[in-house]
Amino acid sequence: MIRVVLPAHLRTLAQVGLEVELEVTGSPTQRSLLDALEAAYPVLQGTIRDPVRQTRRAFVRFFACEDDLSHESPDAPLPDAVVSGVEPFFVIGAMAGG
Amino acid sequence: MSGVRVLVGTRKGAFVLTSDGKREAWDINGPFFGGWEIYHVKGSPVDPNRLYASQSTGWFGQLIQRSDDGGKTWEPVGNQFQYDGVPGTHQWYDGTPHPWEFARVWHLEPSLSDPDTILAGVEDAGIFRSTDGGKSWQELPGLRGHGTGQSWQPGAGGMCLHTIIVDPSDPDRVFVAISAAGVFRTDDSGETWCPKNRGLRSEAIPDEDAEVGHCVHRLAMHPSRPNVLYMQKHWDIMRTDNAGESWEEVSGNLPTDFGFVIDVHAHEPETIYVVPIKSDSEHFPPDGKLRVYRSRTGGNEWEALTNGLPQRDCYVNVLRDAMAVDSMDDCGVYFGTTGGQVYASANAGNSWVPLVRDLPAVLSVEVQTLP
Repeated sequence: MIRVVLPAHLRTLAQVGLEVELEVTGSPTQRSLLDALEAAYPVLQGTIRDPVRQTRRAFVRFFACEDDLSHESPDAPLPDAVVSGVEPFFVIGAMAGG
Repeated sequence: MSGVRVLVGTRKGAFVLTSDGKREAWDINGPFFGGWEIYHVKGSPVDPNRLYASQSTGWFGQLIQRSDDGGKTWEPVGNQFQYDGVPGTHQWYDGTPHPWEFARVWHLEPSLSDPDTILAGVEDAGIFRSTDGGKSWQELPGLRGHGTGQSWQPGAGGMCLHTIIVDPSDPDRVFVAISAAGVFRTDDSGETWCPKNRGLRSEAIPDEDAEVGHCVHRLAMHPSRPNVLYMQKHWDIMRTDNAGESWEEVSGNLPTDFGFVIDVHAHEPETIYVVPIKSDSEHFPPDGKLRVYRSRTGGNEWEALTNGLPQRDCYVNVLRDAMAVDSMDDCGVYFGTTGGQVYASANAGNSWVPLVRDLPAVLSVEVQTLP
């Protein structure tokens, strides 16, 4: 199971706790992980990725294993530690607002 | 009438204020959707418990929330606002072409006859319709595509379609207003649209009486006289008596004719309200005095309404969707400020009280008069 940590506003929307666990078949990527997240929680469709272009929203970042994966290809394999559930995949609302 | 429900959208959530018919004691409920910008909340005229809210942030985009119990509980419905076809470009602030990009929903206008049908005015300016209670949205592309869309430019707040008024005597006729393009009207339920800006003059555009390009801030109509509309333009208060075919200025003796809101008394079609703001670079009331101005003559002759409003050191703004009226026998008037106050008058503006003083900056105020 892949662990995903969501920002507070999206946890409220999806009515979940700090982490959600997702089963992703095949070789997990950002795209397939987010597809699985949106399938499990349809209310999150359009909140992390633009609903039309499917690109990451500008003020959303993806962190894992102390790295910023935001600019990785959405089809690049996720780190082994994320795939194995040792490390979570963080969806972050970028700090802004003064 | 059993009571009044005031729907308040703010920079950081929505609030629902309720009172009985006396309008003396108020319950304040909220925040709903805390931390999100709530540009607008509005109820269905045919089902007062059906409410719609526009919820957005720069981080996570747009959601439409729906309530079927008068705002006690909410359910997220649709969030896909996809322009029809290839969206094309409008002008950017610097005059260069800029692709149409959806940013947020500014205004929600439920149908006069069907609680599941609703129009949405969006930034970048366009109009969408849902017929399934907000779950799915389809653009009415005739507005952007009618011919002048490529020349539209954003106002300082973005290129927003912020006003939608459906003619109650002919629901196929709809008026919209866009900053900074102007007024448009459809007579065929949104298939085709025409600019309706004759008579507007705006010094800030190269051709000051151009067909489009005017920064219209707000329109208002009394339902009994659908051919008469009032307008708060960037500068100037305007009125039309022929459904937008021509406009005349009725700013009269106002201390300044800049402002955002305008509304009409529920029972007196010639009684209108504005809140003059000093200028477009100083978004606060003149002389630090928060004054609503009322005209009982459809414009030109205005009186200041100050009883209960701060008359010194007040530097708040009142944004375009932040004034509304109820339809109790003695018409109630309500408005919200960027300082977080919601003021109400239960006597058509003669005196005012704050219903709540310390909300986040108020973006919109709507009122439901409950059966």
